[in-house]
Amino acid sequence: MRFAYLLPLLALFGLSGCSSGSWGWYVVNPTTPSGQRNLMFLLDGLYYTLALSVTAILISVILGLLVALPGLATQRPPRIINRVYVEVVRAVPILVLILWVYYGLPQVADISISVFWAGVLALAISDSAFQAEIFRAGIQSVDRGQHEAAHSISLGYVDKMRFVILPQAIKRILPALGNQLVYMLKMSSLVSVIGMEELTRRANELVVTEYRPLEIYTVLVIEYLVLILLVSAAVRWLERRMGASDQR
Amino acid sequence: MRDSLPVRSPTATGGKSAVDGSAFISLRSVDKFFGDFQALDDVSLDIGLGQKIVVCGPSGSGKSTLIRCINRLETHDRGEIAIDGVKLDGGAAARAVLRNNVGMVFQQFNLFPHLSILDNLTLGPVRARGLELAAARELAEYYLARVKIPEQIDKYPHQLSGGQQQRVAIARALCMEPRIMLFDEPTSALDPEMIAEVLEVIEELAGSGMTMIVVTHEMGFAGHVADQMVFMDHGKIVEMAPPDTFFSTPESERCRTFLQQILRH
Repeated sequence: MRFAYLLPLLALFGLSGCSSGSWGWYVVNPTTPSGQRNLMFLLDGLYYTLALSVTAILISVILGLLVALPGLATQRPPRIINRVYVEVVRAVPILVLILWVYYGLPQVADISISVFWAGVLALAISDSAFQAEIFRAGIQSVDRGQHEAAHSISLGYVDKMRFVILPQAIKRILPALGNQLVYMLKMSSLVSVIGMEELTRRANELVVTEYRPLEIYTVLVIEYLVLILLVSAAVRWLERRMGASDQR
Repeated sequence: MRDSLPVRSPTATGGKSAVDGSAFISLRSVDKFFGDFQALDDVSLDIGLGQKIVVCGPSGSGKSTLIRCINRLETHDRGEIAIDGVKLDGGAAARAVLRNNVGMVFQQFNLFPHLSILDNLTLGPVRARGLELAAARELAEYYLARVKIPEQIDKYPHQLSGGQQQRVAIARALCMEPRIMLFDEPTSALDPEMIAEVLEVIEELAGSGMTMIVVTHEMGFAGHVADQMVFMDHGKIVEMAPPDTFFSTPESERCRTFLQQILRH
C-alpha cells in the first residue's frame, strides 16, 4: 500500500498551490515533524478499514450463499425463510445495526463482543441480504440444462452446486461482488461511531485536537478515493482474467 | 488394458433382445401433468434389456416427458415406473438404481462449459460412483475413443463443433456405465452435416447391445436401429410396432398422417 501513502500527498501539494489563505495545510504537511506525525496517525486507520471490510465481505459472501440457497428451493417453507431474512435485514439501516450489535447483542446473548467483531458482524449481516440476492440471480442465470445434466450423471445436490452450478454462477456475479466490496469499504466508516480506530475515526480524533476539519477531512476523502479506485482496478483485472479463461 | 477396467460390457448383461418376460423397465398407467396440461396419459410400456425403442410423434405429444420420467428429471403423478424391479419413488434405492443403470443424452448437449472434456467425463464417475481419478481417466479415454474424438480430451466444450460436443455428451453418459441410454432428440440441435456422425455413434452403440430409448425424427436411423417403434400423440402411446410393420402399415390415421408429413422431405 505504498502508493496509497504517496498519492494523497501529491494531491495535497496541488491543492495547496492554488489555495487562498483560509487553508491550513500545515497540519498534514509531510515536511514538518508534526505534519508527518498527523499524516501517519490518519493513515494508521487504513489497517482497520481494510481488515473490517475484507473480513466482513468474506463472512457476508458465505452468509449470503447460505441465505440464497433456500431461496432457490422448490418447496415453499425454505423460500419463505429466505424472503423474511432478506426483507428484514434490508430494512435495517447499517448504522442502527452496528449500534444494536455492539450495545444490544451482548445483553441478549450474554456474550462480550469487541468493537472490531461487532463492526464485522453488523457489516456482514447487513451486506449478506444483498449478497443473497446477487447469488440467487447468479445461480438462476445458469441454464436449467446444467442442473439436468448434473442430475443425469447422478451428482448429489452438494456436488452439483460445488462442481457445476456455482463455478458458472460466480463468474457472472463477480462484477457485482466487486461493487459490494467497494460499498463495504465505504460503509466501514460507520463503525467509527462505536470507537473502531479506522480511517474516519482517526480523522475525527485529529480534528478534535487540531481544529482543522477542512484539511483533515479532505485527506480522508482522498484516502477513500485512492483505496476504492485501487480496489475497482483490481476487480476489473480479475474479471478480465477470469473472462479470458472461458470465452463463452 | 481394457480388461483391467471396471467396465460392464453391455453384451454380457443381455445382448440380444430380451423377450424372457421380465421387463427391465416397466411403466404402468403413468400419468403426468404440467398444471392442467396432461403430458402423459395412461402410458404403459415394457422394455427388456438389449431392446431399442424409438419414440416419435408430433411436438408436445409427450415423447420427451416419457423419457424424462424414466430418469426422474420429471416426477410422474400417477401410475408406476420400475427399473430392474425397483419402483421410482425418490427414495435411496431408486436413486441407486438410476445411478447404476440410466444414462441420458440431451438435445442441447448440456456439457459443463467451465470444465475440460476430461473433467466433463470424469466428474460423474469420481463424484457419484466413487472411482479413483486414474480409473475415471482411463474410462474417459476409452469412451472418447469409442465416440471417435480421443484427441479432444484436453479441450473445452466451446472449442468443439456441435457434432463433437454431442459425441462428448454421449461419452459422458457412457462413463457412468449405464445399462440403458435415453436419447432426447439427440440430433435436433445439430447442423445437418453433423447429424450423420452422431447417428453413426448411436448406431454403433446399439450394435453393441446397449438398451436404448431414442426420441427422434430421423426415420431412416429409426428403421435401422429400432426393435420397436412407438408413436405418441396427446400424451398417449397410439401405436407400437416393429419398424417394418410400423412404416409399411401403420394402423392409426394419426400415425399415418404423421409419417406422411415427416417422410415427405
